[in-house]
Amino acid sequence: MADAPVSSVRSPVPQPRDPDDADSPAGKKRAQGRIRQPLRYRLKRDKALLLFCLPGVLYFVLFFYLPLAGNVIAFQDYQPFLGFKQSPFVGLANFTALLAEPEFWSAVSNTLQITAIQLLLYFPAPIALALLLNSLISEKIKRFIQTIVYLPHFLSWVVVVAMFKQVLGGAGSVTTLLMEHGVNIGNVMTDPGTFKLLITAQAIWKDCGWGTIIFLASIASIDMGQYESAAMDGAGWLRRIWHITLPGIRPVILMLLILRLGDILSVGFEQIILQRDAVGKDAAEVMDTYVYYHGVIDGDWGMSTAAGLMKGVIGFALILAANKLAHRFGEQGVYR
Amino acid sequence: MSQQPLATRLRTARFGPRGTTRSRTASGRPPWMERPHWYGQGAKAVALIVLTVIVLYPFVLAVGTSLASREELNANGGYVLLPKHPTLEAYRVILSGGVVTQAAVVSIFITLIGTALSLACTVMIAYGTSRPGTVLGKPILLMVLGTFLFAPGIIPTYLAVQQFKLLDTYASLILPVLLNAFNIVVVRSFFQSIPEELYDAARIDGAGEVTVLFRIVLPLSKAVLAVVGLFYAVGYWNSFFNAVLYLNDSGKFPIQVILRSYVLNGQSINAQAMGVHAIPPATSLQMAVLIIAIVPIFCVYPFLQKFFVKGVLTGAIKG
Repeated sequence: MADAPVSSVRSPVPQPRDPDDADSPAGKKRAQGRIRQPLRYRLKRDKALLLFCLPGVLYFVLFFYLPLAGNVIAFQDYQPFLGFKQSPFVGLANFTALLAEPEFWSAVSNTLQITAIQLLLYFPAPIALALLLNSLISEKIKRFIQTIVYLPHFLSWVVVVAMFKQVLGGAGSVTTLLMEHGVNIGNVMTDPGTFKLLITAQAIWKDCGWGTIIFLASIASIDMGQYESAAMDGAGWLRRIWHITLPGIRPVILMLLILRLGDILSVGFEQIILQRDAVGKDAAEVMDTYVYYHGVIDGDWGMSTAAGLMKGVIGFALILAANKLAHRFGEQGVYR
Repeated sequence: MSQQPLATRLRTARFGPRGTTRSRTASGRPPWMERPHWYGQGAKAVALIVLTVIVLYPFVLAVGTSLASREELNANGGYVLLPKHPTLEAYRVILSGGVVTQAAVVSIFITLIGTALSLACTVMIAYGTSRPGTVLGKPILLMVLGTFLFAPGIIPTYLAVQQFKLLDTYASLILPVLLNAFNIVVVRSFFQSIPEELYDAARIDGAGEVTVLFRIVLPLSKAVLAVVGLFYAVGYWNSFFNAVLYLNDSGKFPIQVILRSYVLNGQSINAQAMGVHAIPPATSLQMAVLIIAIVPIFCVYPFLQKFFVKGVLTGAIKG
């Protein structure tokens, strides 16, 4: 799938280019039966291109792959003054200690509850909004609404939480307004009982509009002829949505579900860390904040890295499993 | 993915299906579609209005409150939607030196330098891996794509930044988030969509890779570079957690961190920190800080809005 649309743009008549142009389909054919140039020659020939890649490669090595390898400290009793070369290995001790920790399980439970609520309320929201937008005939109104609902996506979480506070906080405008009319909603921003709903509401306010883009694109690819025939056969708008639109965007819905499944253990880190202290950690501690507070703040490096690593591995495994499941049901999934 | 390449689907999303010249009624409604009922239209209109209000209300409230005077705030119980006697006092105070001004300068500085560096490195690695048959091109690309699958985690990244002696430096706000694989893929696939003949012609004329990049490729890529640059810029301007994680010196805090301490943590904005004596009400000041943190986003949003569907998403999926 990678080069198919591109190669059609390129020259229809294959020009003799670099002999080992093995990337494009045409190049593959030509490369057969030719002797590849020796590596040294090729390195010299592509020197400029390789130099271009250098800063990027350095970045990924230093700030991605090196830290990735740094996860070994999950198996160490890491001491900052010894560094990870000299800190003693302790096998799985960090993991067993972690699993015996009630606070860790409370964080896991909070994370899973938030994921469940978000799957139920946040995930369908952009689909519903995309259906609404798609039903608008007037392009002008559609574009206007899109411009407005995409906007919150570009705000930082600090700004979003601050905005919620000015509206729904203890002295917030809506809270005060309701109070004047005899309805006391208390301070939603610090109520542990409704915290999980609150952050879901924030997530919807921020990203629901942005999330419609991919669904709108997918809806637009559905053949209009199908709607026409269905309408001829007497299907009303609701039936057309149910039998044409929704099945039409099913691959995209499944793809996003699979990706969300891989992220099941990460639920809005910045968003939650901003509000954790106001709500209390019983309700607001999730896996990411647990890792941060136990590692960076309390200095329990080994154990918090173990928690982070476990989260990463579980997420990775879930993506693989969900993708497999999607294939089992005859869907495309994310990759093959 | 599904039947058509997403590029086609997005084009269809914006411009309607290609080649189908369907007769439509004056309103743009296809002839087979039933006439709408007034209650259906009414429900839709109500839904759209409610939606618009929910999104826009907090913005208007913040602007209104930041402009309101003390008397008006007291009379209205804390927040004002549309002040009758707007005053810029709050902005004058927070921008006349002191903590917020300092933080805004830091944020602007980080955003400008960071975006320039990110964009330069993105273009370079995207170009380096976009030419077919480049030696080591595939492994480098795989290295970039690998970042989609795993994440190193907070602690190892923090320790790496510590090892590189970057803690408490401005560089810690830029280097750990310098590149984004998605942006690289976007730029790379745009480079690949440039017709090969252009590259060939330039090469026959004796242009080296640097000349090709600067004289041929970059002038053609202005739109995609604008989008990717804006995305990086928005990211730098909005970045908050890295500053909390890596910085100790409060003099180096960017605007988002200051916004958090004043508005969320309720740290009082005292006159001394502001460098003035008589200060406007706290809510006005808080909302003024909030607005300062949003204004740059509002400034670039029209450009983002214009470009993002066209430039970013179409490019992304082909890669």
